[in-house]
Amino acid sequence: MSAKNYLNVSYGARSWLLTKDHKRIALLYLASITLFFFLGGAFAVLIRLELLTPQGDLVQAETYNKLFTMHGVIMVFFFLIPSIPAVLGNFLVPMMIGARDMAFPRLNLLSWYVYTIGGILSLVAVVSGGVDTGWTFYTPYSSTYSNTAVMVTAVGIFITGFSSILTGLNFIVTIHKMRAPGLTWFRLPLFIWSNYATSLIMVLGTPVIAITVLLVGIERFFGVGIFDPKLGGDPLLFQHLFWFYSHPAVYIMILPGMGVVSELVTCFSRKRIFGYPFIAFASLAIAVLGFLVWAHHMFVSGMSPYAGMIFSFLSFMVAVPSAVKVFNWTATLYKGSISYDAPMLYAMGFIGLFTLGGLTGLFLATIAVDVHVHDTYFIVAHFHYIMVGGTVMAYLGGIHFWWPKISGRLYPEGWARFAALVVFVGFNLTFFPQFVVGYLGMPRRYHAYPAEFQVLNVMSTAGASILAVGYLLPMVYFVWSMRYGAKASSNPWDATGLEWQTPSPPPTENFEQTPEVTWEAYDYPSKDKEKEPQVA
Amino acid sequence: MPDHSPALAHQFDDIEQQHESSSLGMWIFLATEVMFFGGMFLGYAVYRAMYPTAFAEASRHLDIWLGGINTAVLLCSSLTMALAVHAAQLGARRTVAIFLVATIILASVFLGIKAFEYYHKYEEHLIPGAVFEFPGENANHAQLFFSFYFAMTGMHALHMVIGIGVMLIMIALALRGRFSPEYYFPVEMTGLYWHFVDIVWVFLFPLLYLVDRS
Repeated sequence: MSAKNYLNVSYGARSWLLTKDHKRIALLYLASITLFFFLGGAFAVLIRLELLTPQGDLVQAETYNKLFTMHGVIMVFFFLIPSIPAVLGNFLVPMMIGARDMAFPRLNLLSWYVYTIGGILSLVAVVSGGVDTGWTFYTPYSSTYSNTAVMVTAVGIFITGFSSILTGLNFIVTIHKMRAPGLTWFRLPLFIWSNYATSLIMVLGTPVIAITVLLVGIERFFGVGIFDPKLGGDPLLFQHLFWFYSHPAVYIMILPGMGVVSELVTCFSRKRIFGYPFIAFASLAIAVLGFLVWAHHMFVSGMSPYAGMIFSFLSFMVAVPSAVKVFNWTATLYKGSISYDAPMLYAMGFIGLFTLGGLTGLFLATIAVDVHVHDTYFIVAHFHYIMVGGTVMAYLGGIHFWWPKISGRLYPEGWARFAALVVFVGFNLTFFPQFVVGYLGMPRRYHAYPAEFQVLNVMSTAGASILAVGYLLPMVYFVWSMRYGAKASSNPWDATGLEWQTPSPPPTENFEQTPEVTWEAYDYPSKDKEKEPQVA
Repeated sequence: MPDHSPALAHQFDDIEQQHESSSLGMWIFLATEVMFFGGMFLGYAVYRAMYPTAFAEASRHLDIWLGGINTAVLLCSSLTMALAVHAAQLGARRTVAIFLVATIILASVFLGIKAFEYYHKYEEHLIPGAVFEFPGENANHAQLFFSFYFAMTGMHALHMVIGIGVMLIMIALALRGRFSPEYYFPVEMTGLYWHFVDIVWVFLFPLLYLVDRS
């Protein structure tokens, strides 16, 4: 391809590290997020190896505490939260709305640097002995008693929070002010709607975790005792503040995934998405309701039972918009002409696993059941179904779907389908036994357990090894495809959406001239239907 | 309609779009700031409801005169800031610089008085931590009050220092003639930020200084 695109317009580390192009920034994020994903995964490997046998034989209890803490901190703050928004969102939001770039390209680059600095600090925490508070940093353990690298980790999370805020701010302004002529709100791709809803949470929730972590830091550093029960401080206040962000953070992780799935399901069904406005408003409803359910993490904390009842009710409420989305995706499949390409396999995996994760969430929203399964592996299984079964599936599906656009190359479809299957099987084998073992009463966060739970734990560890293979495969063939993959046309999936109307990979300015939109979103079956997808 | 303003960034079609984007971005940023301070206001409210007498007692150790003077100083600085924005809209670059310098002077007076108050608290052993001393039986709860006092006013002061830094940049840009009646919104955004910092203090002053002062 002789034309200049965003990848070959300039070379050298400088042209990448000082870039203001949203597409290059997305790739910077892709590289660093992948790094953290495999680092967090390495901690998971050690956890699963320890749990292979009932005795605590591989690592000591203190080490184990650090392993699950670092796994949680890295996966939540440095992988899941930025994953889809910072990589796919950064790449796609301006292209999907027909803009040349984000509203604030410099802030966008700054957000990556802020993320990187926070990430480096968390790595410093790892090498300086790790941290053992759990990713929740409950006081007074975190503020007074833990002798591990709490401060460094807390500062790392505090700083990384600003990258989230900057990304969210940039998305909101970009979506409001930079849409191409004719691109009304209800013509926007649903990926945009879900990233908009995500941005609202990022912008309104993240500052609260920032101040909470800061107060813990102040307490730890100066010994002032804001959450210290000895002075009359209230540790529950910390939990409220923490979950006020950290529950909505779950929706920061899942909403962009829902956006990806909305794109995939409609494209591979060759059918306009069912119930567009319902899916769009469900995203906003989840964002709003998601702010009102945080205390369902605290049913056994000694909080008022009346508060518990209200939070239980509200937690049921948030299931409604989530279910609306699932029903609409399923209805989109009905009578569609479905093709089972790798992105679609991930999307369908997402729908199934998210449904299971969501339904077990209803068990946990029921106070009486929660008392039984609180802090057991049932919880661990539940949120991994949402975060790994949901977010990671959608992330991988999205990366596959837009890979031709990002890299200009096609990935090997056969291998990709195989990897999707491996991920699905490995995931279920890892986490389904955890529902059972948790319901039977195995608590989380212990390095040893009664011998009767061993069979289920061995299954889980075996599944984790399969899952690891499933995650490594795409790494290999994506890198391979950058050199040896067949060149992609501008629209290999024959998809609608502005991002497919520009060359692959796109030029730095995205569009030769600003497109004018006169059609509704998901105009399937698209007009040039006879053109087959160009698979290698 | 081509727009050849040198201030127009490449991603925007015209200066109007750029202005609206900056403005919206700033308001969203201020919303995050509200949530940031909101966490501390919430904590303060919870503890004040739990320990009303201790908070009232501790509050009487603050100097209402110094706090009151500071309130007046800060409100005046908001006025000079508003005048600077107005001058920027008119394209009067020297006037912009003069009013921004005035704002910085008022901000420095505020920070000076604040530092004096902090020093006074240090002498009275009212800094939370190992050295904290408070007469009577409410010492622990009073320490909570002073934890919030220092966290909230400290965070507020930090925002002022950042604001002063931004104003120095704006003065340099104004003197180099970067602003015009078409492109003045960096000054406007600085003004929004400064008014926000001012409003935070308007809430901090009664909450911290005026508890049970009848």
